[in-house]
Parts: sequence; C-alpha cells; structure tokens
Amino acid sequence: MTPAVELRDVHKRFGKTEIIRGTSLSVAPGERVAIIGPNGAGKSTLFNLISGRFGATSGDILLNGRKIDGLKPYEINRLGLARSFQVSNLFNNLSVFENVRCAVLWGLGYRYAFWKFLTQLRDANERAEQVLAMIRLDRRRDVLAVNLTYAEQRALEIGITIAGGAEVILLDEPTAGMSRAETTRFVELIREVTVGKTLLTVEHDMGVVFGLADRIAVLVYGEVIAFDTPDKVRADPRVQEAYLGSVLAAHQAEQADQGH
Amino acid sequence: MNLAPNASSSSAGRVFVWGGFALLMLLAPMAVSGSLALSILSQIGIAIVACLSYNILLGQGGMLSFGHAVYTGLASFVAIHVLNQAGEGLPVPVSLIPLVGGLAGAAFAIVLGFVTTRKAGTPFAMITLGIAELVFAMALMVPEFFGGEGGVSGNRTAGKPFMGITFGPPIQVYYLLAIYAFLCTAAMFAFTRTPLGRMLNAVRDNPERVEFVGYSTQRVRYLAFIIAGFFAGVSGGMYALHFEIATAEVVGAARSGAYLLFTFLGGATFFFGPIIGAVLMVLAGVLLSELTKAWLLYLGLVFLLMVMYAPGGVASLIMMNVRVAAFGRLRELLPTYAGLAAALAVVLLGAGAVVEMIYHLQLNDTAGPELGYLGLQLSVGSALHWLAALAVLAAGVGLLEALRRPFARRWAAIQQDIEAAVRRREGA
Repeated sequence: MTPAVELRDVHKRFGKTEIIRGTSLSVAPGERVAIIGPNGAGKSTLFNLISGRFGATSGDILLNGRKIDGLKPYEINRLGLARSFQVSNLFNNLSVFENVRCAVLWGLGYRYAFWKFLTQLRDANERAEQVLAMIRLDRRRDVLAVNLTYAEQRALEIGITIAGGAEVILLDEPTAGMSRAETTRFVELIREVTVGKTLLTVEHDMGVVFGLADRIAVLVYGEVIAFDTPDKVRADPRVQEAYLGSVLAAHQAEQADQGH
Repeated sequence: MNLAPNASSSSAGRVFVWGGFALLMLLAPMAVSGSLALSILSQIGIAIVACLSYNILLGQGGMLSFGHAVYTGLASFVAIHVLNQAGEGLPVPVSLIPLVGGLAGAAFAIVLGFVTTRKAGTPFAMITLGIAELVFAMALMVPEFFGGEGGVSGNRTAGKPFMGITFGPPIQVYYLLAIYAFLCTAAMFAFTRTPLGRMLNAVRDNPERVEFVGYSTQRVRYLAFIIAGFFAGVSGGMYALHFEIATAEVVGAARSGAYLLFTFLGGATFFFGPIIGAVLMVLAGVLLSELTKAWLLYLGLVFLLMVMYAPGGVASLIMMNVRVAAFGRLRELLPTYAGLAAALAVVLLGAGAVVEMIYHLQLNDTAGPELGYLGLQLSVGSALHWLAALAVLAAGVGLLEALRRPFARRWAAIQQDIEAAVRRREGA
C-alpha cells in the first residue's frame, strides 16, 4: 500500500546548521504516529517541512505517493494534509464559528467566490456547526477567538485543522501548556476527531504519546533513531540512552498506563 | 458587534437601516437649499463610495494603502475622456460613465495590484506609496492624457437627453450619484458576506494560517484589491460627472492621504465607519477650509487624538455607546457627557484662539495685528489677548481632565457589569 506520508532521506539546513539530517519515515494510511525527541531535535522543523512552511534542502517528501516538497502550504493542504500549531494560530478577530467556517470553505469548493452569500452555503454552515459540536465549542459559537480561554483556543486550533476534512493530520504539541485533567480530556477529543485519519503528532507528554500512538518515531539531532510500537521503543536501549532514560519520562508513562 | 440579535429582528433591522439610508439620500436635497449644499451632498455620495472601497483594503484586508487616489483618480481621467468621446458620438450613455470609471479602476488594479499585492504589511504600504508617486509624476509628464497643469475638462450634457434628463441641472446629477452611491454601498456590504470577503478578514487576522486552510493569501489580496479598485473607479467616474474636470491632484498623495485619514476617523473596523468618514471628509474639505486657513492643522490634531484614544474611529465610539444603551446604562452617563462636551468646547475655544493667532502672526502679518475670531477682535500684538487665550485653553484642559477621570472609572465599572451580564447569559 502507498504510504500516506513518506520522507526519503530529507535534509534541512539553516545556514551551516543542519537541523534535519537524513530523515526517512513512512507512515501508513490510518496510522497514528507520535514523533518524540529532546528539545531542539528538529520535531517542529520536520512538521514545517512536511506541511510546506519551509522547503527541504534535499530529499523527497511524498503525500499519498505524490511528491509535495517545493509546493506551497495551501497546495499541500488542498492535497489533503492539514496541520495545527504549537502556539495557537487563530483568526483572532473572527468568531469561533467564522474561524471554523473559514477552514471548511476551500474543501467544499467555494474557492474565491464573491458571488455567493455565506449564509446560503448550507453544507459549509452544517459542517462548521458539526465541527463546533465535535470540539465542544458549540456554546461559544459567537465569541471572538481572542476572547477564548487557553484550553478553548487549543480546541479551536484542532477544530480549524480537522474542519477541512484532510485525511492526513499533523498536530504540533496539541496539549502543550494544559493541566493534567485537561490533557486527559483533550487526548480523548483528539482520538475522536481523528478517527480513520492518518495522524502525526509531536508531543512532549509521554502519557499522551503512549496513550495515542500506534507507532513512535524518536528523533534525536535530526535523525530518526527508532521507529516502532510504543513497547518496543520503550525497550530500545538506544532510545533509553538518548531520551527516555530520564526518570521523569518513565514516571509519566507509568501514570498514563494506569490511566488507560 | 457581538450583540447577536435573533434572525427576524435583524432582518427587520436591515430593511429599516437600508430603507432609511435610501430615504435619507432621496430627501436630503429637499432639506437643504442652494447650489453649494447640493454640491456638498453630491460630493458626500462620491466620497462614500471612495472611502468604503478604501476600507475593503484597510479595515477588511489589513492592507494599508498610501495610493488609493491612483485608482479613483485615473478612473476620473478615463471617465472624462470617455465622456468627451460620448459627446462626439461614442454610444455611451452619460449615466453609465461611473461604470466606465469602475471598469477603468478595476483594469488599473489588475495591472498595478499584481505588483502591489505580492507583499503584505509594510512592503505593501511602501509599494503603494511608490506607485502613487510614479502615477503622480506621470500625470505631469504625459499631458496628452492628463492635460498637464490645467487638467482635462468634459461636458456631461453632451449626450442625448434621455426622458428629459440632460444632467445639466445639478439635482439630476445628484440623484444619479445617489443611486450609484446606494448600489455601491449595498454591493460592498454584500461582499463582506461572501466567501472571498470572509477569507479577506482571515488574511487580515492571520495570513499564515490562511495558507494552511487551502487559500493563497496573495490571491485573496489580489482579488480584493481588484474589487476595491473597481469601486474606487466608480467613485472616480462619479467625480468626473460631478466636477466635469480632472486635474493631476486627483491622483495626488494628498487625496490618498485623505482617504486613509477619514476612513480611519470614521472607523475602519465597522462597515459603516467609512460612511461617517466620507461625510466628515467633505465637510472638512468644503466647510472647515472656508472657516479657517489652519484647517489641516486641526485635522491633524483630531487624527492624532483619535489614533491615540479611539483607534476604532467614530463608528466604534458609537457602537460602544449603543452597547451600553442596550444594557440600559447610557442614561447615567448623559450628564457626564454633557460636562465633557462643555469642557471640550472650552478647550476648542482656547486652542482655536491660540492657533489662529499664531497662524495670523506667521502668514497674515501684512494685514495688521487684528484678526476676527468668532465675532471677537483679537490682536496678536496684545499680551493680554495671548494670556486670555492661553488661560481659556488651560482652564478647558483642567476641566476636561477633572471630568475625564471619574468618567473613565464609571465607564470601566459599567463595562465590567456588562461583561458579567454577558457571561451570566452565556452560562445560563
């Protein structure tokens, strides 16, 4: 089967600094993959390369077998890949509903239409309401995005990402800055809204990682040193040495296991 | 903005607002007399279309253009030339001249906007400034099209009369311009309710995210720029019909600056803000400039104060008070408002006297030391007059400050109450 996302020997240099050093990764359709690694390992950069925010220095990036490196972010999005951001990236002066509706318009084929009224786009409005219900923000429908609480903004961030119906979803630290209770609820929500989709997520919280991922890719200094099921990754001595050896991480994972 | 009235009351409200707008334009000429008043009304119609088109860029798209007069002005020239051709047999009815201007404006926006809208933010502003300078320089270099110093004049009565309408009498022109102003306002309002209009707001708020929901920000900006260019062009065509002349200053930086200044003063964050701005623009340009030579100075001061204290313009001041009124709290503020207005009047009285005396000293010295000010005779040679003017100004400022502080506290308290009420309503 064609992988949903495939990276072949991808390099990324900023000046003389090489951030991504020959990363290869193949994610099957419907698979949930978590990318972990210490700070500065290049996780966010990897997401930026896949989603077209940066261009790769060399190597190939493929979406459903099609080369996407060099394409603009909006072209990649139209091919069925959507991403969220580590720092909420919303349309601050638009309402929650408008935020989500902006994200569904292209996918439903409305393009740059200025001869149709938004209120008459039944499919777009229904889809937006449906997404609001999924992310539990239906009661905050008319609030400006800037006035939401932090957790609500994180939920809206996910809502905008999934609203367009992309088959491949990239979530960059979706639970960053949330309390433990919020995180637990949020992981449930992510699981719900990404059913049947290919999911790549960058995460620091080991509880989230082991709870959510089918496979884990460990990125250290721009290289994938392990890519396997959570149990095998945890047992891998190289991973332990590089990253998971810390007591804290092990503790977090234990907690998560008890939680599920 | 967030009052979110229910659907039926909002559609009744819409009929009321638009009907009122149409009625106002219909009846306005009957309420005034004299050719100056009618000319002011016509100019307001022209300015409304221009400022609303500018706000597509500024308020809705977050594009700070320093060269909007390029599109209104070039369209005026094209419209004048077509008008003159119509006089020589080109089958274009005079009533469609504004539309010709619109097409010209859109065409110029297609060409020039392609360069301009490749960038956003500061580079966008710089490029518009560059293009504005370029076009103004061209206006003086190509007299064949721009008519040199004297400009190009036309004759709107040149066409065949249609049902007795010759467009000779100003009232006929007024009603034609009023129809255009109404239709353009409605069309631009409709634009804000379309997918492109909404994505333009999204591009303003967060261009980066727009690219990740499938839209090219550059394309959104470009299309919006062309639409703004079209309406700017309609306004330019209306201008050509009203004044029957276009000179180089219609593409000049001063006019571009006026669009920016008055759209901002009126309020760029609300659709109707630029309409208020347009009214102020014409009144300032026609009446205030008659009243005092220092009118640009006053204008600059008002603009400065607005940017600092009410960045949402007049429209936001109105809407904030409408919100307070909707929660039944406006009445308690009225005495304070009256006090503030009185204090402001004193400030204006003092500041005006000081400004006029300085102006007189610098520019009108040959006319002697005396100057008339609101029926008073002031003398720039009299120390007493200077001291009196400064004393009035100081007293006004003191009074204003004394009233402002308790008002600010009261206002903040009311806002808090309203926020709490809104939260309760949401929680309920």
